[in-house]
Amino acid sequence: MLVHSRRARWAVWTVFFALFLPLFALPLLVIVAASFATGWSGVLPSGATLAHYQDLARGDSLDALITSLLTALAASVLALVAGTWAALAAERLPRRVRRIVDGLFLLPVAVPSVAVGLSLLVAFSQPPVLLNGTRQIVIVAHTVLVTAFAHQSVSAALARLDPAYEQSAAGLGARPGYVLRRVKLPLLLPSLTAAAGLCFALSMGELSATMMIYPPDWMPLPVQIFATTDRGALFAGAALAVVLMAATLLVLLAVSRIRTRASYR
Amino acid sequence: MPPAPQADTPAGIRFDGVSVAHGRNVVLDGLDLTVEPGEAMALLGPSGSGKTTALRAVAGFVRPVSGRVLIGGRDVTDLPPYRRGIGMVVQQYALFPHMKVAENVAFGLRAQKVPRAGIGPRVTEALEMTGMAGYADRHPRELSGGQQQRVAIARALAIRPGVLLLDEPLSALDTRLRSGMLAELARLHRELPDVSILYVTHDQVEALTLADRIAVLDRARLRDCGTPQDLYRRPRTEFTASFVGTANLLPVTVAGGTVRFAGRTLPLPAGGAAGAADGAAATLCVRPHLVGLGESPTGDGATLRGTVTEIQWRGATHRLYADVAGHRVLADVRELRETPVPGDDIALHFAPDDAVLIPAGLTDGGAADG
Repeated sequence: MLVHSRRARWAVWTVFFALFLPLFALPLLVIVAASFATGWSGVLPSGATLAHYQDLARGDSLDALITSLLTALAASVLALVAGTWAALAAERLPRRVRRIVDGLFLLPVAVPSVAVGLSLLVAFSQPPVLLNGTRQIVIVAHTVLVTAFAHQSVSAALARLDPAYEQSAAGLGARPGYVLRRVKLPLLLPSLTAAAGLCFALSMGELSATMMIYPPDWMPLPVQIFATTDRGALFAGAALAVVLMAATLLVLLAVSRIRTRASYR
Repeated sequence: MPPAPQADTPAGIRFDGVSVAHGRNVVLDGLDLTVEPGEAMALLGPSGSGKTTALRAVAGFVRPVSGRVLIGGRDVTDLPPYRRGIGMVVQQYALFPHMKVAENVAFGLRAQKVPRAGIGPRVTEALEMTGMAGYADRHPRELSGGQQQRVAIARALAIRPGVLLLDEPLSALDTRLRSGMLAELARLHRELPDVSILYVTHDQVEALTLADRIAVLDRARLRDCGTPQDLYRRPRTEFTASFVGTANLLPVTVAGGTVRFAGRTLPLPAGGAAGAADGAAATLCVRPHLVGLGESPTGDGATLRGTVTEIQWRGATHRLYADVAGHRVLADVRELRETPVPGDDIALHFAPDDAVLIPAGLTDGGAADG
């Protein structure tokens, strides 16, 4: 703690809560409250019911949740493989070339995701690669959008990795493939799981690009939340949002457990 | 491609005009050096002298711009590190943190696909040799610096390399541990007479204790090479004289079988001026512990007169700093009952046989610099 006097510490905590509660915590809490509410005429939602959740269990929301989970899983695995591969390959490049590669990977993040969605739609609406209206295009779009984060995270970890490990291993007679498998990847594991978690969370919440491209039989949860609230069913939408949050949080918690077990120092 | 050297085969190292450059910056300039099979060679020099670069050229981590590196007579210049048959211990040990001690030591054996049945005994052997047999199931983070060091050495020895490369292996240890490990390394060298050791250090004590021969590097070049006694007693360059041990370096002019220093004539050991022409500038090197207080007791000795500038008590000895005609002269004398004080006029002496004449042509910054 950098702040030593008791009074200053109180001041810091007060400022923290004054900013954190209204900006971060309260909106989420209101959504949770709304998902159990029957009306909202005052400041806060009122009434208490489980009806919205019961409706969810009956409708196609479960499908949307599974769609989201599968899309996020596929996209994060693909992004992790591509991002890690690229980061490992770029390690040997001259610094200037590496910067260009980094820039290329960041492009989908810099471009508005609506534009990414639209461009994929336009690009893959004609043969030879016809993906328009397929589930794959959603996974492709999510992969394109989150690979940048995987690549960034793994590149940063690689830059921090002491080259002495790799050199010691090579000096002991280990070929590059063996060094990668037995030394580098295990040492990168904490960063890889962190990157996987980030990609997964981003993909679970992706809406704008998905809106442009999703086929009727592959509707992820955020699209359904948007559609539900758009037609005025605010409380049902809130319940869907709570499900989305809970599912994402659960997966992130599981991933962070792997990460804790994988950190060595 | 000839097969890699078999384990336990004595293998020497040869640098054949090895130069390494980063861009235009030459970090190793035409190194010619041979480490005989089974020999322990220390590469001694200040930071930036090129000693670590030389070691990394043997390991295969830097590529020479010219010259060849041979291990066991085989040209390895173009081989990747993993095909060179070396064992290496780096400065910070680089034990793999996700593996236990035994797995670390077994790493090289597994990587080289040694049959499973052979791995266990060799891991045990290497750990016993370094006194770490009881720690096989620990993780590196649970070990002290000295213990990690031993594991790193065990890991390098387990693959039974022909050459062992040690890059400042003791620099991360505190002074007491360091002297203990130094003795351990000396013992390992005796027990493994077939392993050539290339030992990089900037610490002259380590080099003097451990090495059969020392190669002195400075500013990317080999300055001197010889046995520790040789370099200490008969340094060939000013740099060696001042880097290996402490030295009084007096600028002198050669005059027959004697030298002139600050208006005085000083004697030389027999043959000491060989190769130096009359009137040539040279440097006279005398070790401080060979300088005595007072007039020379024998007629053929050299006497210097000067003023005390500082005196330090070092337990068993006193170190006197004297100003002799504008030059600083150090004398390590046995603890004095009555110590002179700064400003006192004193006489210092040394025997002719204790002085070494270093011709100017070989001093650093001279012709040797090219």
